[in-house]
Amino acid sequence: MIDTAFVGLSRMLSGASVTWHCDPRARAQRIYFANHSSHLDFVVIWSALPARVRPLARPVAGRDYWERGAVRRYVARDVFHAVLIDRCGPGSCPRRDARAAIEHMADALGDRHSLIVFPEGTRSPDGGLGAFKSGLYHLSRRRPDVEMIPVHVENLNRILPKGEALPVPMLSRVVFGPPLATAVDAGKQTFLQQARAALLALRAA
Amino acid sequence: MRIPTDTGLAALVGGVLTLLVVASIAGRILRVRFATGAASATVDNINARIRAWWVMALLFAAATATGGWGSIVLFNITSFLALREFVTLAPTRPADHRALFSCFFIVTPLQYALIALGQYGLFSILVPTYVAIFIAIRTALSGDTERFLERTATNQWGLMICVYFVGYVPALMMLRIPGYEGQNAKLIFFLVLVVQLSDVLQYVWGKSIGRRPVAPAVSPNKTWEGFVGGVVSATLIGTAIWWATPFSPTVAAIMSLVITLMGFAGGLIMSAIKRGRGVKDYGTLIAGHGGVLDRIDSLCFAAPVFFHLTRYFYAA
Repeated sequence: MIDTAFVGLSRMLSGASVTWHCDPRARAQRIYFANHSSHLDFVVIWSALPARVRPLARPVAGRDYWERGAVRRYVARDVFHAVLIDRCGPGSCPRRDARAAIEHMADALGDRHSLIVFPEGTRSPDGGLGAFKSGLYHLSRRRPDVEMIPVHVENLNRILPKGEALPVPMLSRVVFGPPLATAVDAGKQTFLQQARAALLALRAA
Repeated sequence: MRIPTDTGLAALVGGVLTLLVVASIAGRILRVRFATGAASATVDNINARIRAWWVMALLFAAATATGGWGSIVLFNITSFLALREFVTLAPTRPADHRALFSCFFIVTPLQYALIALGQYGLFSILVPTYVAIFIAIRTALSGDTERFLERTATNQWGLMICVYFVGYVPALMMLRIPGYEGQNAKLIFFLVLVVQLSDVLQYVWGKSIGRRPVAPAVSPNKTWEGFVGGVVSATLIGTAIWWATPFSPTVAAIMSLVITLMGFAGGLIMSAIKRGRGVKDYGTLIAGHGGVLDRIDSLCFAAPVFFHLTRYFYAA
């Protein structure tokens, strides 16, 4: 009921046209990794998924933001079943915390869930694509069996920009790419570069 | 809710449904005849358009049959969707965000509330006067002067076209025409039918015998043959259904001509805006047609003129 309301609200605000370059209904476990420019990103991606697989997809979000206040906590936990992780401040992450976050995400995947992650780690203010943090690589190394799907979202930074609480409805685009071909054996730098390139390639598509 | 048992309205709805059945059959025949080859894409597009017409016609007929309330709700939603498409293409900057939020969630519902309450005075000046002032002040207060005039003017134009002009369609409910009480839904039907038929017929004439483009730089698909054929045939149909309006056959003909000419101009203007922004369609919401704004562009410009002509000459 409440998730239907969120899907409706998301469509009303984002008018998202959705393109798939992979099987939308596949039961396979997936890690959807997307560019990040707005709090709406994961809501719109989640809403774009077919109703059958939607309840299995869990967004990964920062605990500091989503546990502030009863409404946010309710939305994050009970509507989206979000995986809330402790974010590190700017600069490098203490190794132990980073490893704990990866373990948390791997646990959340379990044997049937998918994740929606934002490998930049923070929202880009202008819709550009920043450098990827290494989390995506470590997560993939931990769970090589899970498909990595790049997802490009467009225009959401105009609908709900950083620093604004209220949205302005506009049309947007969500493109789900083909599964990432690069394996973790390629090494961390290569893997992250290729993942980022796969996401950028969807921009023109 | 009272469903009015207006035989005239029932006849109009029946006529439209018959037309759609004929169109659907014609679409099937075309698909069989042009299953392959260069024309098949055009035929697919025609069939997609016809299917979308079914949905739009049924929604519109249902809204009109409620006797007013439904059409106010329907056009409020239409305005919202059209404005959403317009703003997507507008060269906005982050500083416009809060003014735009108010346009969507305060101005638009307020404008339709005024129609529902029959407040003609405020309805007719809210957007061109008070909202124009509000947008300018709100944008100035945000402190970003980059392309200030272009941004405020664009946002104001968006509201004028998508909310103010579109609102004139259900605003026909507000007119009190002696001897035509309780029948204004048919006036809405007349306007929308003539405008949309004119669009369809211009398309049909243009596709079949169109040669010389009217304004090739703006819209290569609009031809003189399509324009004349569409305007003349839609005007004839508008004249033939004069019995549904408070007009005599002669006046119905003049009104239909004005509506179709305004509709043509509206389509041309909205094409010019799209060209200026480098896009083909405003959106993808209606399969085959593009966005909501692509479908209602002609209605936007016909509605206010039709409303005021009717009000000036017929309303009490």
